[in-house]
Amino acid sequence: MGGRGVLAQGAKFGFLALLNAAVLWAAIALLLRGDYLFLAILGVGALVLNFVVLSRRAYPLRFLLPGLVFLFAMVVYPIGYTVYVSLTNLQTGNLLTKAQVVAQLEGRYYLPPDHERFTYWAFRNDRGELRVILLAQDGRTYLSEGSELLPVDLADPRFIRGEDGTVVQFETFRRLTLMEIYQSLPALERMALVLEGKHVRLATVREFGTYLRKYEYLRELDAIRDLETGVLYAARDGYFTSPDGVRIEPGFQIYIGFKNYVDVLTNPLIRSDFARVFAWTVAWSFFTVFFSFWIGLGLAYLLNDPYVRGRFVYRSLLIVPYAMPAFISALVWAGLFNTDLGVINRILGTLFGTKVRWLQDPLWARVALITINVWLTYPYMMIVSLGALQSISKELYEAARVDGATGWQRFWTITMPLLWVSVAPLLIGSFAFTFNNFTIIWLVTAGRPAVLGAATPAGATDILISWTYRLAFEGDRGNQLGLAAAVSIIIFVIIAVISGVNFRFTRALEDVSRNV
Amino acid sequence: MYSRPSFLGLLVRHALILVAVAWALFPVLWILSASFNPTNNLLEQRLIPANPTLEHYRRLFTDPTVPFPRWLLNTLLVSGFTALITVFLCALGAYAFSRFRFKFRRAGLLALLLVQMFPQMLAMVAIYLLLIRIKEFVPWLGYNTHPGLIMVYLGGAMGFNTWFMKGYFDTIPRSVEESALVDGATPFQAFLRIVLPLARPILAVVLIIQFITTYSEYVLASILLKGTEMYTLAVGLRFFIQAAYDRRWGAFSAAAILGALLILAIFLPLQKLIISGLTGGAVKE
Repeated sequence: MGGRGVLAQGAKFGFLALLNAAVLWAAIALLLRGDYLFLAILGVGALVLNFVVLSRRAYPLRFLLPGLVFLFAMVVYPIGYTVYVSLTNLQTGNLLTKAQVVAQLEGRYYLPPDHERFTYWAFRNDRGELRVILLAQDGRTYLSEGSELLPVDLADPRFIRGEDGTVVQFETFRRLTLMEIYQSLPALERMALVLEGKHVRLATVREFGTYLRKYEYLRELDAIRDLETGVLYAARDGYFTSPDGVRIEPGFQIYIGFKNYVDVLTNPLIRSDFARVFAWTVAWSFFTVFFSFWIGLGLAYLLNDPYVRGRFVYRSLLIVPYAMPAFISALVWAGLFNTDLGVINRILGTLFGTKVRWLQDPLWARVALITINVWLTYPYMMIVSLGALQSISKELYEAARVDGATGWQRFWTITMPLLWVSVAPLLIGSFAFTFNNFTIIWLVTAGRPAVLGAATPAGATDILISWTYRLAFEGDRGNQLGLAAAVSIIIFVIIAVISGVNFRFTRALEDVSRNV
Repeated sequence: MYSRPSFLGLLVRHALILVAVAWALFPVLWILSASFNPTNNLLEQRLIPANPTLEHYRRLFTDPTVPFPRWLLNTLLVSGFTALITVFLCALGAYAFSRFRFKFRRAGLLALLLVQMFPQMLAMVAIYLLLIRIKEFVPWLGYNTHPGLIMVYLGGAMGFNTWFMKGYFDTIPRSVEESALVDGATPFQAFLRIVLPLARPILAVVLIIQFITTYSEYVLASILLKGTEMYTLAVGLRFFIQAAYDRRWGAFSAAAILGALLILAIFLPLQKLIISGLTGGAVKE
């Protein structure tokens, strides 16, 4: 036993040493990149790990930590980050930090009218490396060496001259023809050379020229000066902006407080989209739960009847829509509802000689979606109701029967009130789930049909969560990540309120307070 | 609560149920028929195909332009690993919450309850940006990798399942492990050798539900995977059939049947077990 203990201790410390070495390596990498946020997370993580392995008091954490790591990294941190993004202007055009934008702008150059000109010969070796010989107007010559330009004497025998007296080859580098130069233009344009502190780049197809720095960042003014025109661009609203209101692209991220939330709730354009999407989200959840509950309860009532034979077979068949993966059902139903090809329109066509534009007309698209989702959800309601029905004591019904209550009266005065107690929390839960049921919406209509004149990419059947997805990932105005995050948080608040109501029905919170 | 119905009443009941069964099964039968129908066109399909064929199924596994086997394999790997790791990690966490008494235990439980209320996909923007970031440091764990996707799913699965399992562990009397602890076993050994075997039913429920849930997940997979070779079945099938209902209906139906069959084969025999888990507080996801 003692030997094993030593071994276990050794393994423990060996593991810890390896882990810490890895952490140290990662920390250095992060430090060099200047990624302080991740560095801090890593540091805290490493400390916690060491504490957990070394301290006896942290024994329970050894069990909790593996799961907590994932929970924190993939749920808690993303929640926090979503809150943060919702307070910024993060969107296409404002994706970079200010430091990144400044660095990018300070790397820009312009060609002044009085620049020095160099004709050039370009050379390439077998490995595809490019080098140039520049010929200044005063007759001096330079050869590129990395990003440096070094003076050379072309009389040097290593330069092999052709019939016209120009250099055609040196070392392994072979001179490019004009045709090849055209083909290599992108690579030539990328060459950023330095000659005695001056920036030299390709100016025209036939010439290199000396460039000057375009922008300079003035830290004390928090502004960018255009060194060509002298105009001062002050940092304002996420862009460096001139006094005339001209902006330099790209913009940068800034903290904008609650502007995204205020926009959603008060900006008339965005608010009208939000109100429409919100109303449909509520209607979609409500009708799904309403119809699927009553259909489910009706079927449960029939299946619970001991005089109906074959109940087990019926039940297994009726459960199939619930057992099917929802994404498959959604795609199949989208095919069945297809306006030109779908079987539903074919049946309607034969019966009534008419076609319904299911997925193109806003109203019918909504009807189709609710129909599909009721189909997907009623088995759950049926199962839940069946369980609740079976748990109701038979004696209650006997007593009611003795008192002369009709079947209808018994259903409304005994069955429903008792059923309601156990089913209500599940209905609320189902409402909350449907509220965010992205998959069905996305795979059947993808939020379409589009709404003409909408300020944001919100279609007629978009629910809040699919609207968020579109804002973030596929708007025609680019990716409005800040606005999308704000809508996410609004959805969360709604869900939290619904769940809060639900807690009153369930015992979950009591379990916590009773400390079981 | 029921009285013996008349013959007519019984007939009405059966008729109502049969209407519901027809409604429930119609889409399934329709794609079953389409998968054997020689035409690929939705419009020319009949419920009973004239010349049934296995051509669509053959095409799924032989046509290189339809990476169906790849998608299925990706899905099985992602769902399988997610489910297995979820069960293990949540069992560990649930055991600690059930058996140990430590500071912040109640706060931890409450936090868990609150966190699992937040649907993970609401944070999709943040998760997307995070995985792009991770890819810079650990390429095999970042954006557009299966381990990365599994990691995201694991995070989303922790809250509810830990809470759910803890409830079950509470019902296992402590006395069963106490003798082992007295004999010098560490709590971890007691957990592994005594509590886990006793908790097999709940482990099975979580494993199966997590497998099915992950198998059907669409949103996060569609954001985090790029390139048809990486797709899971949900993303792949949508990509395959989108705007192609007139050309690929047959092959799609065959794929849908195979994809659904796998889950139906798990779900229907185990429905009692799964439903007990799902109605224990969760709704189908």
